[in-house]
Amino acid sequence: MRTDDLIRAISADAARRSPPLAAAWWAAAALAVAVAAVAFFVLLGPRADFALAVETPRFLFKFLVTGLLAASAFVLLRLLARPGAPASRAAPFLALAPLLLAAAVVIEFVVIPPADYAARLVGSNLALCLTFIPLIGIAPLAVFLGVLRYGAPTRPVFAGAVAGIAAGGLAATFYAAHCTDDSPLFVATWYSLAIASLACVGALAAPRLARW
Amino acid sequence: MASSDDSLLAELLRSAIAGDERDYARFLERTAALVRGFARRRIGDGAVDPEDIVQETLLAIHLKRHTWIVDAPVLPWVYAIARFKIVDAYRRRGRRVEIDVDEVAETLAQPETERLSERDIGRALDGLAPGQRGVVSAITVDGQSIGETARRLGMTETAVRVALHRGLAAIARRFGRD
Repeated sequence: MRTDDLIRAISADAARRSPPLAAAWWAAAALAVAVAAVAFFVLLGPRADFALAVETPRFLFKFLVTGLLAASAFVLLRLLARPGAPASRAAPFLALAPLLLAAAVVIEFVVIPPADYAARLVGSNLALCLTFIPLIGIAPLAVFLGVLRYGAPTRPVFAGAVAGIAAGGLAATFYAAHCTDDSPLFVATWYSLAIASLACVGALAAPRLARW
Repeated sequence: MASSDDSLLAELLRSAIAGDERDYARFLERTAALVRGFARRRIGDGAVDPEDIVQETLLAIHLKRHTWIVDAPVLPWVYAIARFKIVDAYRRRGRRVEIDVDEVAETLAQPETERLSERDIGRALDGLAPGQRGVVSAITVDGQSIGETARRLGMTETAVRVALHRGLAAIARRFGRD
């Protein structure tokens, strides 16, 4: 087909409407939070001593880290779905939450006696954490991958991984309300592992789902 | 080049997204000429036909035009799509191509006209369902309007529009597989 002929066909299709990608992202964010909330309250619910826990800095810090991770990944994800968007400039912000957590780990090593390191690291909810963060996050990941498919990611593996981090950060924010292990040592190890598993799923799925 | 060119293209694309077919055709013609220049400079070895890149890029622009932000520059978006399509074309042929992402595309790409070659008119249409092929070939090869096509094929205009849109999406998918 000659290019002029193709142009004639494409321009004849001008009336076809498609909602802007930005609108799709906000709808996706609302849907992802809703499905994560439903999964969390059906499967787990907040811990029994929630009202007491919110007075402790370690408990609150978990939400700061996971919330910051989810938000920064979401911002980057939106850019990665748009050709020519300045994603490379936004990528360093993804390191903010891990850096904050690393600083908290250092402080934790200083303030608790070495004899407690192992107990804080292993905690008591390890299996629960590794099960429920991916479980709560998988539906939000599917929502984000759906919008990536609607978009046009030029780096689909990276975009898929970031979608997994956004979904994992969101899931971890809910899960943190259930989990009784509040030490940064536990969060840095097991939350990270659980979120990384979703990032892997996203990185593997996106190039197939979001081909364009 | 650069900003004045970009603002004209942005104006045409905004009008196209609002549904203006003539402005859309003007936008696509200008964009095709720029992408042609861009692709010819990037493809020196003849492994990929630059005109394939032009057509794949135009189809991707059409099917993904909602990824353009209405007040953002057009050309960085267009060249990012073209660059992706070049890399993708080489990847499908089992080759790697290094495309410098930081290169300022606008300084390189000059508008160029299509060289008529032995491009096979049927190739892109072959894979379409019969209904879609009838509609797409009436509009492309025979140069008919939506209304004329509807009358000739005994379809409603809405059905013609749906078949056209699906046909274009199917051609884009086919490009991605060959």
